[in-house]
This record gives sequence, C-alpha cells and structure tokens, in this order.
Amino acid sequence: MKEFNYVITDAEGIHARPAGELVKKAKEYISSISIIKEGKKADAKKLFGVMGLGVKQGMEITVQVEGEDEETAAAAMETFLKENL
Amino acid sequence: METYKGKSVFGGIAIGKLHIYNKKNLQVKRKHIETEEIEREVERFHKAREDAIAQLVELYEKSISSVGTSNAAIFEIHQMMLQDDDYIESTENMIQTQQVNAEYAVAMTSDNFASMFAAMEDDYMKGRAADVRDISERVLLILTGQESDCIDTEEPVIVVADDLAPSETVQMDKSKVLSFVTVHGSTNSHTAILARTMGIPALIGTPIPLEDSINGKLAIVDGDTGQIYVEPDEETFAMMQEKYKVIQTKKELLQTLKGKETVTLDGRRIMLYANIGNYKDLSLVLENDAEGIGLFRSEFLYLEGDTYPTEEEQLKIYRAVAETMAGKRVIIRTLDIGADKQADYFELPKEENPAMGCRAIRICLTRPEVFKTQLRALFRASAFGKIAIMYPMITSLSEITKIKNIVEEVKQELTEAGVPFGNPEQGIMIETPAAVIISDQLAKEVDFFSIGTNDLTQYTLAIDRQNAQLDEFYDPHHQAILRMIATTVENAHKANIWCGICGELGADPELSKLFLSIGIDELSMSPGNLLFIRKIIRETNILEEGEAIRKQFL
Repeated sequence: MKEFNYVITDAEGIHARPAGELVKKAKEYISSISIIKEGKKADAKKLFGVMGLGVKQGMEITVQVEGEDEETAAAAMETFLKENL
Repeated sequence: METYKGKSVFGGIAIGKLHIYNKKNLQVKRKHIETEEIEREVERFHKAREDAIAQLVELYEKSISSVGTSNAAIFEIHQMMLQDDDYIESTENMIQTQQVNAEYAVAMTSDNFASMFAAMEDDYMKGRAADVRDISERVLLILTGQESDCIDTEEPVIVVADDLAPSETVQMDKSKVLSFVTVHGSTNSHTAILARTMGIPALIGTPIPLEDSINGKLAIVDGDTGQIYVEPDEETFAMMQEKYKVIQTKKELLQTLKGKETVTLDGRRIMLYANIGNYKDLSLVLENDAEGIGLFRSEFLYLEGDTYPTEEEQLKIYRAVAETMAGKRVIIRTLDIGADKQADYFELPKEENPAMGCRAIRICLTRPEVFKTQLRALFRASAFGKIAIMYPMITSLSEITKIKNIVEEVKQELTEAGVPFGNPEQGIMIETPAAVIISDQLAKEVDFFSIGTNDLTQYTLAIDRQNAQLDEFYDPHHQAILRMIATTVENAHKANIWCGICGELGADPELSKLFLSIGIDELSMSPGNLLFIRKIIRETNILEEGEAIRKQFL
C-alpha cells in the first residue's frame, strides 16, 4: 500500500468541481484509493463521499492507494492534488 | 396596489407582468413492487438518469454562451453527481431491498444526501443540498413524464417563485426574464449570483403570495429599496418609470465607455480605481470597469464578527480580491477603526472627542499584535496578486518609522517560518493637515500617497460633516482644501511617487478637470461613479484648459 499526506492550498477547499475531477482521476486506476481527513475516510472514486469530507483550505488529508497499479496511481493522485488543490 | 418588501440582491428597476413559476407536482408515492419487477424498476431508473445526463450536457453547451462558463459549470457538476456511485448504488439498493418503485427510491436517496450536505458546517457545502434535490427532481420529472415549467409568454416577465433551483434559473430563457422575486433563497444562492451576472434586479425573502390570481398582473420591482409593487397606482408607476429612465441612461453610457481608456484628449492617462468596503462589492468593480481598487476598506473584517479576525481569515479575503482583480492594483487600507466605527471586542475607552482620538494607525501602533496579524495576511496575500498596503491617519515621520520596524519584524518572522510572501507597495493616506504640510518629507519614505478628502476637509475646516446645522459654513470646494491637494501632488511628484485621491471629492465632476490640471495620477471612487468620471476625463484637454481651471479654483 502507498500512502502520502497533502495539505490543501486551494482557498475553496475540495469543492464540487475539483472533487468531480478528483473522482474522475481516481477512477482511471484499478487500485482502491481512499482519502482520510481527521479520521474520516472516503472512497476517492465516489463524489458525494469526497465532498462529504468537507475538506477546507489548510487541512491535511491522507491518501491511501492499494492495488496492482498503486505506484502509478499514487503518483498521479499526488500530481493531481498539487496541480488542482 | 399591493406592496411587498424583500431583500434586494441586485439593484435596478423592472416593470412588467408577473409570472408565477410553478414547480411541477413531484409528490412521490411509495409503491410496492414484486420481485420480478425489480429489474424493470432499476432499468427505468438508469434510463431516466441517462436521459437527465443527456439534458444536462445539452444545457451546459447552451448556457455557456448565455450565462458564461462559471455559471454554466453547475450543469457539469450535476452530471458528475448523477454519475456518482454512491447515488446510483443507494437508489438501486433501495429498489432491490425495499422493493419500491424507482420514483420513491430516487426521492429517498435525494433526501438522504441532501440532509448530509445540509448538516455540514461549511456554507458552501450546505448549499450543495439544493443541487442534490435539483438533480433528483430532474430524474423524477423524466420518470413521471413531465417537463419543467418554461416561460411561454411573448413579453419578458418578472419571475416569481417560492425558490428557484440553480438549474431552473440557468435554463430559463434569459431574454424573457426582467427580474427574479423569490419567497425564500439566500444572497449567495444561484438566483442571486445569476441576477448579478445578468445585471437585473432581484429580491429574495419576499412575502408575496404565490396565487394564480396575481399571475399576469402588472408589477414593478425596485431593486434599490427591495420593494415590489403589484398593480401600482398611477403615482408610483410614474415615479418608477422616471427612475427606470435615469438608470437606463446610465446603463447606455456605461456600455459606450466600458473598455475605453481613461485618457485625456491631450494624451494623459489617469488610473481610475474603485473604493469598496467589502469583497462582495467586487462584482460592481468589474461591472463598472474599474482599472484597480484604490481603497479597499478592511474594517468590515473586524466589524462583522465579535472577535479579531484571524490571519487565515484575512488572507483568504485579500487573496480572493487580488486574484479576482488578476494583476490589477488592489490597495488595501489597514484597519481604520475608532471614531464612528466601533467594535465592542476592541474595548476602546470612551473618548470625549473620538474623531481626534485613538483611531486608525494609532490603534495599530498601540496594539502591535493586532496590526501584525493584518500585515502578515497582507504580505502573504501579496504573493497572489498586485496588492498595495495603505496606512491611514498619518501625521508624522515617526509613525512611518514605527510602521517600518513592525513591517520588518513581520517579514523576518515569515521568512523564518518559511511562509511565502510578496513585496507589496506601501503608501499612506494624506488626510490630516499635518501630513500635507510635511508631505515633502513623507514622500521620500513611501511608495505612494492617497488623499482622503473627507477627513482632510473636516480637520482643515474644523467642521463636523455629520452636523447638518453647519451646512451653511461648509464649502466642499474651499480653496484651502484644493490648495492642500495641489501641494500634496506636487511634493509627491518631486519625490517621484504617484498621488491619488480616494475621498468623495475624487468623484466630484466639478473638480475632475482641476485634478487633471494639477497632475493627479489616480482617482478612486464608488464603482457607480467611475464611468461618468471617465467620460469627463476623456473630454478634457489639459494643455488647453489647465491654466484657466487652476486660476479659477486655486
């Protein structure tokens, strides 16, 4: 399993549109991908779940990736977060 | 005539017939289905969901041109929501395990997710509950074979509704809408945002009865007072028509001057900036084509809450303003509280003469921690746009030295903490006679001057502007003030810095030519005045008129 942390810098936090794009990205991979915020865990492939975390600017999230393509998936998720959130 | 008062979210006058926007009857009944029917209901749900997505794709494409990408984005988000696994699984699950019809399963899923969003702390996320209901209604309409209400009148109308879902407002034929009036809704709702984008008057929270009997009746919406008059009497009608004409004339002027340069006939460019008191006024700034923000009063941050705003809270606002202005200058004035602007938590002692008391920079220098929090937020925000910092109520060089020392501490602390920050311009307000008299010395220490004519007038003429009994002694064009302005500009230019005006005089059309002739570099005013002043500037020739004007006023 791959795991990394990321602090959200976007002023709006993970709001609807980037959440949608994040889900789209996550769905490109076979691995299961979860986002954890303050102990709450959500499936990164599910929009309502991701939005339901209510992640705001300055908050730290943990991303866990597990599966056969975890290396590439984790790297891709990290790049996505850095570029968009 | 019936009058109802709501809360205005955008000004202006709309005169037209009322159109009651009816939501279709979406009362969903729970029906038990047999085991062999389950598959069929799941199919029905998926077919309706796919049709709904297809509608949204079409709406998205169509609305980009009518309301712009950012308003149209709602349809993209709705598509994503309808493709969400949780939403799909929850609905399927309900059909399968509870053996219920697709309509009921969609309605229940909608309720569940909407309550989840409504329970969230964040206001933005709370608002997403409306989106969940909206997408579910779309699916339900398809399942029940209904179409949403459309405005089928020939003439444009005033749309009246209980509340409007984001997709409802966006998919309305914009050429048919004069105004939105809703019984519910919030100032941050899509209806409000859309009304501002379209520049049409809109009211929310209006206790108007949604009865068929008022459908088609003539009404007037006054977006400035928040009132709607149904079947107005002659007098009201005439008055509103007059007001409407004035606004139309202004609007036409605005259209012709938007995007034009603020330059005199003989080629001198002036920076024409806007004064704002809240980041919510940004739409007005953009709408009136301001070239920057000349005075962003930061007080609202301190007056809105009941405790000091944090560095992060301030950063968020400053950054949003800087980013929205996209490279145009944003001059943020540091805390100017005291005198008539009070916040209880500051626990300022009562003063005999607050106008001359502990206010503005004096508070900042006696409470350096409060000042430093704001400076940190400002310096950090400067990394995201062209921010300039302006210090109010300066009377001496020693104040500048104190400010500079504090600024150095802030920069050092940020550097040590590894927090990125920018390098904003720093200027001062010239609003005391003392500052004018030593403006030659002050100019060497700062990056710019901005003359605050309101306080400068009151301190120079020793007249309380709030006291109506003094009106006969008050002359806004007093030579003393105009000469002080001329002196300040001259001293600024000698030190190679720029000088502007951000007080009320800046928007005084009778003085525009004078200001141009003494070489003012910037004028900042309420957004509503900008285009009119731009018109005057574009019609002035300083080379030809300058000398005569200087003689007349100075």
